Amino acid sequence: MSANAKTSIHQTDQALGRLAKRKAKENRFRYAGIAAVVIAMVMLGWLVVSLVGTGYTAFFQHYLTITVTLSESDLDPHGARDADQLRKANYRKIIQQALYSRFPDVTDRRGKRSLFHTVSASGATNQVRQMVYQDPDLVGRKITITVPTSDDVDQLLKGHIDRDAPEDLRKVSDQQIEWVDQMVASGDLTLEFNWRFFTSADSRDPELAGIAGAVVGSIMALGVAFMLSVPVGVGAAVYLEEFAPHNRLTDFIEININNLAAVPSIVFGLLGLAVFLNFFGLPRSAPLVGGMVLGLMTLPTIIIATRSALRAVSPSIIDGALSLGASHTQAVFHHKVPLAASGILTGSIIGMAQALGETAPLLMIGMVAFVTEIPTSVMEPASALPVQIFLWSDSAERAWAERTSAAIIVLLLVLITMNAIAIFLRSRLERRW
Amino acid sequence: MQHFLTPEIMTCAFLIVGVVTAFLYGRGLATSRAQLTADSAGAHSLPSYHGYFSAWTVALLAIGVIALWVTFSGALPKFMFPTMMLGAIALGFIIINRLLTPTFRARNHVERFVGDALMICSGVAVLTTFGIVLSLVFESLRFFDQVPILDFLTGLNWSPQTALREDQIGQSGSFGAVPIFAGTFMITAVAIFIAGPIGLLIAVYLSEYANKRTRATVKPLVEILAGIPTIVYGFFALLTVGPAIRNFAEGFGLSVPTQSAIAAGSVMGVMIIPFISSLSDDVINAVPQTLRDGSLALGATKSETMTKVIFPAALPGIIGAFLLAVSRAIGETMIVVMAAGRAANLTGNPFEAVTTVTVQIVSLLTGDQEFDSAKTLAAFALGLVLFVFTLVLNVIALLIVRKYRERYE
Repeated sequence: MSANAKTSIHQTDQALGRLAKRKAKENRFRYAGIAAVVIAMVMLGWLVVSLVGTGYTAFFQHYLTITVTLSESDLDPHGARDADQLRKANYRKIIQQALYSRFPDVTDRRGKRSLFHTVSASGATNQVRQMVYQDPDLVGRKITITVPTSDDVDQLLKGHIDRDAPEDLRKVSDQQIEWVDQMVASGDLTLEFNWRFFTSADSRDPELAGIAGAVVGSIMALGVAFMLSVPVGVGAAVYLEEFAPHNRLTDFIEININNLAAVPSIVFGLLGLAVFLNFFGLPRSAPLVGGMVLGLMTLPTIIIATRSALRAVSPSIIDGALSLGASHTQAVFHHKVPLAASGILTGSIIGMAQALGETAPLLMIGMVAFVTEIPTSVMEPASALPVQIFLWSDSAERAWAERTSAAIIVLLLVLITMNAIAIFLRSRLERRW
Repeated sequence: MQHFLTPEIMTCAFLIVGVVTAFLYGRGLATSRAQLTADSAGAHSLPSYHGYFSAWTVALLAIGVIALWVTFSGALPKFMFPTMMLGAIALGFIIINRLLTPTFRARNHVERFVGDALMICSGVAVLTTFGIVLSLVFESLRFFDQVPILDFLTGLNWSPQTALREDQIGQSGSFGAVPIFAGTFMITAVAIFIAGPIGLLIAVYLSEYANKRTRATVKPLVEILAGIPTIVYGFFALLTVGPAIRNFAEGFGLSVPTQSAIAAGSVMGVMIIPFISSLSDDVINAVPQTLRDGSLALGATKSETMTKVIFPAALPGIIGAFLLAVSRAIGETMIVVMAAGRAANLTGNPFEAVTTVTVQIVSLLTGDQEFDSAKTLAAFALGLVLFVFTLVLNVIALLIVRKYRERYE
């Protein structure tokens, strides 16, 4: 049959046409698969690029170097160097005078006001107040200080405010642009690393706002969550895997844990609100309550991870221990659990990374407060990093969008680090039998 | 440093010192007593078990005193507490002294205690579920006292603003949740519409076409999408996707708000791609190789094998994966809070702003208000609906997946 190809039914034109069609269909299917992968990757790339693109500028901030005269008549007219008087003195005026003397030709009130608006009003005054309060000998001297510019000037110099837009449509006036350009030309206005973003808490002014308060709140909440969920989760997993009899009760517990893993996180927030806040009367907005809610939420993750780590340990280990005379408890705790430790650790890190990114339950228990101080205990009102992102994202100004994205970059970097550690531990410590 | 020495911290320090001393005392006692009776076969348990037993005895007595004190603290004078603590610890040491003989089965006692403690740990998970169910049901019942349950489930008007003053008219609030359910359903539908085909195709490609190396790089990359916090997706939707969709629609002369069902739904779809792709991948890989080989041996192409043999075989598992993804999408909060809108809107148009169950829970409970108002209680009723709905979806999905697995085992 194959000797005469013309007569083969597989070689007729119709058959070849059908084959070509089938091959084309096969290719289409394959390319659809590749396209799906590409779409997913493009979305991931778009997300990262748009956030990094908006956020990276927030790590730098424009600062103005000015010389201020701390005249005694303004700050301390009685010459008593009284702490209370030094705190209440009019530092705003000091900053204003420094600016007016830098641009002596500005005389009208409106011009003066808009000149003052080029620096961060509360940032500059608080900075000078702190300096004088800590060192009263500065009164009567002339000092050179570096203060943050206002967010509008900062955004202008970062190119986020369009210079060519009509004056009444942009937040900086022509005159302010001219002053700013002069200050840049003279080298007084410089771009520096924005340390304040990492060292200060929230603020009403974007140029002064930082994530330190939120980061500390997150660390506290995660600490509480870790102390609750890891011991309890590992204990529960060891019990279910090694000690529990097989009966209806343990079946029920097992189903329960699987379902708990799928409960929406916001429901855990409702639990925290109803039980921890209203029933036990714990303080609102406190990292203690946030940590407890996050701990309960990560409990199923840790139980499931620990159980599979325990299951991966070879049964011969237990048999060996038992045959040498160890009791069952000794065999489990002296041999099996230590061998499963790397898996347990990996699961705990992944659970904590989940808890770190969680926002909704924290909103329910009031960790959305505007907190300008870095919290010092788990009972104080605090914010958390994702909640801080949520709060900032509400403000429409460009300076806030920039800071929100920067906070997201920090959050993602921490999460990547945590997951990288987990992957490293898994590949390094995992043993296969 | 003064404020660090609060009564709570003093009590904790006292407790720790007592327990550690008891451990050391018990261990030492066991060692010395075993040496005195060296002629016998030796002690039953290792000295450290005697130590653990002692520590546990003292801890239990001291915690009992603390519990008593917390319950009856009003009735007793303040100086009684340290006295009672000292008494409890002393009693503990007397008991230890009596019990710890070389024949005492300390290890058995300690192991039983460890078993009980572990059981209590797994009880915490059960307690959490009970806590969730009880708090949701209890608060919802209070809500249904004020708003009839039928009005809540079938009403078409949602405006939870309640009266500020007693005599205010027309501000009593109306709690018809249908627009919220409709909004939730629409956003979920958009998300599944996007994630379903993409996730499924990724699963097919990775399990049937990709070589080992591609699979090893692409699979973790896709799973990154599930690890990104939802707040990040929310901001991405608000900052980038919403405006992009608005600008795109403006090109066709349409006006779409930045916050729309389509923006929130599509970003949520991206988030749940890995749920569908990973679960479907598992399911497709679980189809026996013999089915694949048989189909290929008959001359079918890979795509024909996939669509005509493997897909029908894996269908129950894939449905299970979709149900889990739906449950995830319904319970998702931050994306919709930031990108979907707050006002209830009963519409079938995905280019409008709609609201969801989770958005309403957040907006009802953030901000200052008294706890007993219908407005706050409504959040718990919505939470109950959310909990029951996701639970049912999960149970069905798990049942389907389990049944499917049994078929090929």
